[in-house]
Amino acid sequence: MEAIYFIIFLNAIYWASILFLISLGLNIILGVAGILNLTHGELTAFGAYAAAWGILTWGLHTPSYVPFLILFLGVLMAALVGLFTEVLFIRPMYERALEYQLLMTYGLLLAYEDVIKLIWGGNAYYASRPVDILGSINIMGYTYPVYFLFVILVSVLTGIIVWYILFRTKFGTMLRAVAMDKEMASALGLNIKRYFTLAFIFGAALAGLSGSLMAPSSAVVLGFGLDPLLLAFLVVVIGGLGSLKGALVGSIIIGMLRSIGIAMFPEIELAITYLIAVTILAIRPQGLMGGER
Amino acid sequence: MSWVYRKISSATFIGYAIFMAILLFMPYILPRQHFILLSYGIAYAIAALGFNLLATYTGLISFGHGAFFAAGAYAVAMIARYAPQYYSFKVVFPAAILSALLLSAFFGAICIRHTRLFFAILTLALTMLVYVPLVKFYYITGGSDGLRVPLPGANMNRLEFLADVYWYFLLASFAAALAIMRLIVTSPFGKALQAIRDNEVRAELVGIPVKRYKFYAFVISGTFTGYAGALWSIINGQVTPEIADWLFSGEIVYMTLLGGLGSFSGPVIGAVLFTYIKLYAMGYTEYWMLLMGATIVVLTLLLPSGIVGGVKSLERLIFKRRGVQSAGG
Repeated sequence: MEAIYFIIFLNAIYWASILFLISLGLNIILGVAGILNLTHGELTAFGAYAAAWGILTWGLHTPSYVPFLILFLGVLMAALVGLFTEVLFIRPMYERALEYQLLMTYGLLLAYEDVIKLIWGGNAYYASRPVDILGSINIMGYTYPVYFLFVILVSVLTGIIVWYILFRTKFGTMLRAVAMDKEMASALGLNIKRYFTLAFIFGAALAGLSGSLMAPSSAVVLGFGLDPLLLAFLVVVIGGLGSLKGALVGSIIIGMLRSIGIAMFPEIELAITYLIAVTILAIRPQGLMGGER
Repeated sequence: MSWVYRKISSATFIGYAIFMAILLFMPYILPRQHFILLSYGIAYAIAALGFNLLATYTGLISFGHGAFFAAGAYAVAMIARYAPQYYSFKVVFPAAILSALLLSAFFGAICIRHTRLFFAILTLALTMLVYVPLVKFYYITGGSDGLRVPLPGANMNRLEFLADVYWYFLLASFAAALAIMRLIVTSPFGKALQAIRDNEVRAELVGIPVKRYKFYAFVISGTFTGYAGALWSIINGQVTPEIADWLFSGEIVYMTLLGGLGSFSGPVIGAVLFTYIKLYAMGYTEYWMLLMGATIVVLTLLLPSGIVGGVKSLERLIFKRRGVQSAGG
């Protein structure tokens, strides 16, 4: 009986890992460039499609490390789309009012949804080879796919790397400076527009990573990016804006809710997640970790 | 109430009266297909007017107005399904208004204390709190197939009904919505909202209860949108959960900004135009979302203040040029 709780716990950590990557990217773009990026889910979907397509094209009859390398294709793809988006569409919007920034990313969200359909067609992609390669282990009588543990490991490592970049490198310090006070950073000689672009690429790459990590364990279908976007919003709302810790705590809470919900009330799992998130907010409006923005 | 009289006897009022009088004859002028589209457009216009009040006078951008639209629409459909003996205009529209009012009061209580960015995220999350149960509790709500909305008490086919009684009801609702909006905006309450928009801190210092007034604006805005949802449900004949999805809330944002924030003509023009753009995009290509998205991107880049704003600045440009010429000659 205890074993099943452990499995639910592992699933929760798996969901939390994925959500952490997505919401971290969302948070970085929001914090540094000040753009609430509604296309963030589409960046995840670009990553997932690129990875799934790459694995199905090159990764089926190759040595078993190849599919794992191909997962990086998703990261690259999302980073490229992020760069393209920022330079062409977001750059003219920095000076504009919030409503037009939101409208712009909303328009891009719709457009990208169909661009994905144009590139990869309407069929679902099942690229499960990485899951098959890693097989499954026996945890107290239950079989559990090793791939999920791999995702958790990658996510933890990424979290550490991002923490290191943000808090221990010069680039990270500058990025945080821009996030804290744009005028001051600009006055001190930082080219803040450049940091906006870099933050966008950085955030997009994280979204792409989460997408390509999800691709092998689920079908990649149209509308893939819409759910992650909403869940990432919930994470940001619960954890509070603009902090690594907030993204971490928020992801763990939403991950737990999802995992417990799926195990206990599969019908209304999503509704319960939303309801609890809203309850937390009603009690603590600024989020669990965050200061108000 | 002399200020009421003063407001409605202005030139703008005469303009609107002529506009309405022309609309009265639309069932005889327009071909059926375009007439139905116009009906949809007018229902959306009321929703956009509601959204406009909140966006213009408080600066808050809601991505959750679809939920209120759905509250109104589903109130109509639920009564038709579960209490058919009460199914008449006299019951369903007050019920729709009430349910939208309650829902927006609930949303408002949670959202209104937040700043603009957080407000947008929160309303988006909250509308999904309405969307998900509508899909999941299919034995009550019909799931993703939705519920059918029959014609209340009329033994006609739907097209005839829409072109006949219902059109005049729709127009009366539209005129009432415009009039009420105008009264709200020009009332002392509306002036207080403007003061809040211009400078929140100053308004607070002058003694305006900022949070409470914002809350009122939110609830009024949501109620208008809910009423529009009820009107829409009868035109559409079917309600589906998509109207509670945040993507539909995005469409309400789009139509309002397309026309231009701040005036009444902006949201109305935007809503009617939106209906046409969407239908033709969907009819013309399988990739209609790409087409819609592209129009949004282009319009956002090229027409920063919407169509009405664009026309106004064009006007200013022409008048300026004329002024220069006459001064030179």
